Amino acid sequence: MAQFSAEKLAKVNEIIARYPQGKQKSALIPVLHIAQEEFGGWLSAETMDYVASILKIEPIEVYEVATFYSMYNLKPVGKYVFEVCQTGPCMLNGSDDIIEYIKSKLGIKVGETTADGLFTLKTVECLGACGYAPMMQIGKHYREHLTKQKVDAIIDECERNAVTNN
Amino acid sequence: MGKKLLLEKAHVPGIRNYDVYRREGGYRAVEKALKTMSPDQVTEEVKKSGLRGRGGAGFPAGMKWSFLAKPEGVPRYLVCNADESEPGTFKDRYLMEFIPHLLVEGLIVASYALGSNRTFIYIRGEYAWIVDILEQAIAEAKNNGWLGKNILGSGFDCEIYVQRGAGAYICGEETALIESLEGKRGNPRIKPPFPAVKGLWDCPTVVNNVETIAAVVPIMNITGEEYAKIGVGKSTGTKLISACGNINKPGVYEIDMTISVEEFIYSEEYCGGIAQGKRLKACIPGGSSVPILPANLLLKTAKGENRMMNYESLSDGGFATGTMMGSGGFIVLDEDQCVVRHTLTLARFYRHESCGQCSPCREGTGWMEKILKNIEYGKGKKSDIDLLWDIQRKIEGNTICPLGDAAAWPVAAAIRHFRDEFEWHVQYPNAAQNRNYGLAHYADPLPVVAAPKA
Amino acid sequence: MADQPKLFKVTIDNITIEVEAGTSILNAARMIGGDVAPPAMCYYSKLKGSGGKCRTCLVEVAAGSTADPRPMPKLVASCRTNVMDGMVVKNITSERVQDARKGVVELLLINHPLDCPICDQAGECHLQDLSYEHGAEGTRYEFPRRQFEKHNLGPYIQLHMTRCILCYRCVFTADQLTNKRVHGVLDRGDHAEIATYIEKALDNDFIGNVIDVCPVGALTDKTFRFKNRVWFLKPEDAHCSCSKCSGKVTLWRRGDEVFRVTGRKDQWGEVQDWICNECRFEKKKTSDWVIEGPTKVSRHSVISANHYVDTVKPHEALPEVMGGRNPRLLMDIHSISEVNKPEIDLSKIQGPAHSNDFKKSEKPKGQ
Repeated sequence: MAQFSAEKLAKVNEIIARYPQGKQKSALIPVLHIAQEEFGGWLSAETMDYVASILKIEPIEVYEVATFYSMYNLKPVGKYVFEVCQTGPCMLNGSDDIIEYIKSKLGIKVGETTADGLFTLKTVECLGACGYAPMMQIGKHYREHLTKQKVDAIIDECERNAVTNN
Repeated sequence: MGKKLLLEKAHVPGIRNYDVYRREGGYRAVEKALKTMSPDQVTEEVKKSGLRGRGGAGFPAGMKWSFLAKPEGVPRYLVCNADESEPGTFKDRYLMEFIPHLLVEGLIVASYALGSNRTFIYIRGEYAWIVDILEQAIAEAKNNGWLGKNILGSGFDCEIYVQRGAGAYICGEETALIESLEGKRGNPRIKPPFPAVKGLWDCPTVVNNVETIAAVVPIMNITGEEYAKIGVGKSTGTKLISACGNINKPGVYEIDMTISVEEFIYSEEYCGGIAQGKRLKACIPGGSSVPILPANLLLKTAKGENRMMNYESLSDGGFATGTMMGSGGFIVLDEDQCVVRHTLTLARFYRHESCGQCSPCREGTGWMEKILKNIEYGKGKKSDIDLLWDIQRKIEGNTICPLGDAAAWPVAAAIRHFRDEFEWHVQYPNAAQNRNYGLAHYADPLPVVAAPKA
Repeated sequence: MADQPKLFKVTIDNITIEVEAGTSILNAARMIGGDVAPPAMCYYSKLKGSGGKCRTCLVEVAAGSTADPRPMPKLVASCRTNVMDGMVVKNITSERVQDARKGVVELLLINHPLDCPICDQAGECHLQDLSYEHGAEGTRYEFPRRQFEKHNLGPYIQLHMTRCILCYRCVFTADQLTNKRVHGVLDRGDHAEIATYIEKALDNDFIGNVIDVCPVGALTDKTFRFKNRVWFLKPEDAHCSCSKCSGKVTLWRRGDEVFRVTGRKDQWGEVQDWICNECRFEKKKTSDWVIEGPTKVSRHSVISANHYVDTVKPHEALPEVMGGRNPRLLMDIHSISEVNKPEIDLSKIQGPAHSNDFKKSEKPKGQ
């Protein structure tokens, strides 16, 4: 079974040290973020059991948390996850069109991953970028003031990066 | 030109770095507080300033601090609420991204006042890159002796940690935030006990919004008394407004709460008018939870007075003809926007974000979304509008936390002020698929209420 | 003096009582009893941390206390709000409360499958009682009801997630009665569910108690599944010597056949003593038990049907609520009928009542 590298384990221990003795469960959400990054962009049951063992809590406590928060992927996702905001202010600025455009461009529906495993399209609720609408999140960063041209450029960029990184 | 207290230095090149921030007068507030004042004096100063919580509820910050229980031998905690998730609101992000040291400085002063040796910034998980910015600012502050043991020889120890959430609007509610910080699901707690008595790890805790904490810095620098002189009535100081929607210049603006809504929307200094020369139809001035107002009621109160950008004036008339300052998320709708569709996106948002703990919110938010979807997509009935009204009424006030109210109010206000538009959707379902109801009479001047109720 | 508990005076629906400081409004109301006690779907006095979630016990606080007599602006959850000295509470005397409660019941039912005819909980279901007393006659919900993927919780416990109202009682039970919880609330909002995430059997020695605490038919006894309707069975108090639990149970029999075993429940439907899985699921012979006698059953419960002895008339608080006035009867059945004379207590009669029991001249049988 996959385990954290020594470097990541040190990071986990550093996080645990922020809390008082016996409150190591508080590290659960940050540690799940690290686990998701480390183990392929999603959380398998095995990964969650591993996190439970590190934090000395019951696996169900991890499942309860992982299923509550929307940023954890409980199924495998593509290399690049497009999370497009569709709430009020983004809708006023044309997010519906952007979503439609990405769907037709990638040939997938919301929630699906392209056959090459490169892209996953998700719609999300307000990401706090209302003044820079329409927008989406890819990995750690926001892409704002989206237009069809920008979406094209982003997809090209991702495809290029995927080639050079492999 | 309004007075700027928070964003004055936000655009000085390199202000994100400690050296520039310090050169521009940063960390003077910490020096003043830790070297010349007792913790109670700091609290007293914040009380004098009249600063109201900037997260949305507007509760006086100094009063909140003074409620903190201080039992002997029990640690106390300050938690900064950076879980900015209210649709239309992106002001805290701006502050943290551009001038992170202002928040760090405010947190040190507030931690000193409250006696928190371990202070947390709980930031929404999506703001991942801001975590790096904040952690760098904290590290710089620590290297320069503003954090750690015995700060400035005052005997006060303090560490600040940044904790990321993972995608849940409800964690902006202070007890849900505490639960999340403890590594649990973001279910709001049932109050009492309040966090001031039993909060993080069952210890006394204060949770304050980013902007509230940042405002502590100018309060220290210019004194609470001077701060209270800015603004009007109980709306003291300056407020960050994040403006978005169909305006020419969306962005974050610092206002001193003496300007009118009209000036805010149309002046070049702020929003720069409605985009593409269109006309104003409606606006939600305080984040998606507060009532939407049609153009006529937004610019003038029911008494015929100009509506101002402050707590009192925005809420003038109660929910019947007024709204709320909320978190300062200012969402503008132009004449070509559909109120039904906009309300549907908000209802979907609240259904998605309900924690599911208490029955009215868990069941009611989903029901409202389904009905609104029917109306928007031409499958609505006239009775649906009354049904929606009845459902929101049954959610409001009957839930554990304010999310129930937040979900009910936008639906209620949309029906209250835009009933014609809902009825039109039901009556002409085909037309409603192809075009919008338009501006209609929503910007027409209103008859002035002769004798407003006392 | 220090040992004297501090007493608070609280008035609920015009009835004033004194209770110890720290008592919740709900428990104070239960001390008065009858209709004054608000319904509770999630609160369970024996489970720490329970309550506050279902919102059926909302009441109006008309005066906070003697010291601060302001009313509370919102309705409050009576199970999680403690009484103050001089507090005035309105439950059945408040229209606001009745209206809000009706709303909560409607919302609890919109996604409920209403499959009572095939539900083992029917007859002892708190949601059924609640709907009967506070619900509307029809539904205004026109959408498909919520569905869940089915989960198997092992050989003893049957989960029907569609019936669940997310009271969290079973989660507290597992936390507080067992040393390892394997089920919990997963997902959130209207898709939150009770599950184990990866298929796991619930097999702790005391986990069977989740069946007894479940207010609806979401968690039922698999060994009793579809075997009988509860009102066809005779509940009897029984005990055995058990090394794990008190061994005090209610035995549900028909003839000599033991259909199921449950914990003994009080008038609020709460288990008095937790029982172990072995007593609940394995001891299904009459010879396993020492039978003490018929369980007392409320006359208002459907289980009292065909129950000839030991039915209990619940406390009638209405005259007190109305300041000593009795509700005015439009017509008293006894003035025109010889049957069911009020002085004849049917539960005292051995066996089914006979017309002779009501004949004026004759003394009732068995007296």
